[in-house]
Amino acid sequence: MNRNLVYFDYAATCPVDPRVAAKMQDCLLIDGTFGNPASRSHEFGWKADEAVEKARLHVANLVNADSREIVWTSGATESDNLAIKGAAKFYKDRGNHIITSKIEHKAVLDPCRQLEREGFEITYLDPDENGVISLENIQKHVKDTTILLSIMHINNELGAVNDIEKIGKYTRENNIIFHVDAAQSTGKLHIDLSKLEVDLMSFSGHKTYAPKGIGALYVSRKPRVRLEALIHGGGHERGFRAGTLPTHQIVGMGEAYRIAAEEMDQDNSKITKLSEIFWNEISGIEEIYLNGSFENKVPNITNVSFAYIEGESLIMALKDVAVSSGSACTSASLEPSYVLRALGRADELAHSSIRFSFGRFTTEDEVLMVAKTTKKVVNQLRELSPLWDMYKDGVDLEKVEWVTH
Amino acid sequence: MYSRKVIQKFEETLNNPSAHNVGRMDANAKNVGTGMVGAPACGDVMRLQIEVDDQNIITDCKFKTYGCGSAIASSQQMIEMLIGKSLEEAKNIKDREIADLLELPSIKVHCSVLAEDSIKKAIADYESKKA
Repeated sequence: MNRNLVYFDYAATCPVDPRVAAKMQDCLLIDGTFGNPASRSHEFGWKADEAVEKARLHVANLVNADSREIVWTSGATESDNLAIKGAAKFYKDRGNHIITSKIEHKAVLDPCRQLEREGFEITYLDPDENGVISLENIQKHVKDTTILLSIMHINNELGAVNDIEKIGKYTRENNIIFHVDAAQSTGKLHIDLSKLEVDLMSFSGHKTYAPKGIGALYVSRKPRVRLEALIHGGGHERGFRAGTLPTHQIVGMGEAYRIAAEEMDQDNSKITKLSEIFWNEISGIEEIYLNGSFENKVPNITNVSFAYIEGESLIMALKDVAVSSGSACTSASLEPSYVLRALGRADELAHSSIRFSFGRFTTEDEVLMVAKTTKKVVNQLRELSPLWDMYKDGVDLEKVEWVTH
Repeated sequence: MYSRKVIQKFEETLNNPSAHNVGRMDANAKNVGTGMVGAPACGDVMRLQIEVDDQNIITDCKFKTYGCGSAIASSQQMIEMLIGKSLEEAKNIKDREIADLLELPSIKVHCSVLAEDSIKKAIADYESKKA
């Protein structure tokens, strides 16, 4: 199946690496490592525990952390929730102010909104025009009551990278807990938590070729960061997160992170090359805009706007290519991407953004095919667009009196 | 999320625009009425032009639409309903008819509303020239 479909949506999720699937299969059946890692009274439990701890080492190794600093969760969303709500509630006596940015993932923004309802004060920072949160901007908004800063490492829509090393230095000096959502980072950027002054970091399994439904939270031991747990019942994961550990999922994430540590450089150089080929092919399209900047983004994500055509129609026209649109026209809200809005993009550009994201299994043939199709359908849709006519006629769209409904 | 009909109309229009009334007419011509509705900020803009003969019959239409697949399919559906109709008949075309024919889901009903609005505006423009 899916023979004619090209998958260019790796930033949404990745297929499981076959080597990962093989390891997981060993943890399901009666003759495999299916036991409950919390069972202390027999070998089934001991073996499962051993497999879980080996996976924990692989995850810790990829980000140069101590394996005791890794807490298993159901995914980056849960990790973000645990980090933000857990730290806010534990440190609430120190203050009630939290800083984050307007272009965080919903898994960060929604817990912040919830804390707001519970009496915390949240500052949502504006990014710069390329989707980066500057230290200066953070410093300007810190106050005596600031207890937590939550900033993503790599933005999921743009691929823009924040300087977490510089930000961490500042937050550590100022006794502010620093949480980083690194769901998009593992296997893309080298992370060294022995040097970075980050207190909490969220990881996702499925963005790095593990299955969906598994993630982890790094909780720093030096200095020691405390959290109020969200899920109670059994005291697993040193009280941070109760619930029977899903051995097969954990083993899958461990293997995926082991592979990432080994093959990251090779994956990245291939993807960088493909990304350059793709951009060389499509950048000749008139009125195309890169969202974000080449100087400061990961190569696996290319987010572009094609002015005067609407993103959803572009996705429909690119019917054999799986991509994402920043335009949320598919939801009831009919609003362009909040990320692009925060960058200050004009509406007609925000409505026409497409995110192409490449991964380990992307081929040069696919890249060339998609580039060719994109060029074709952009022209076709512009032939249908009254805005394109107006642009060509020299009409200033800002000055037109639109009849809204 | 899209009905087969929407996909079919969208693809026909995309792949063969000239055969599907994509284009424009001279907006200043006496026998042409133009209606442009929507806004870039909302993600859709529809421009409909109708050519009307002495008997007040719509003899031809052209359109261009910026918007999602449903908006483009709604424009196409509207054109098919307009050609050959009198202005009075055209005024009675309701967004509901277009939505039903295309099996638009409720979050896409605004596309057919836009089509109805463009018909009303195009007719009003034509009639203002005659007056």
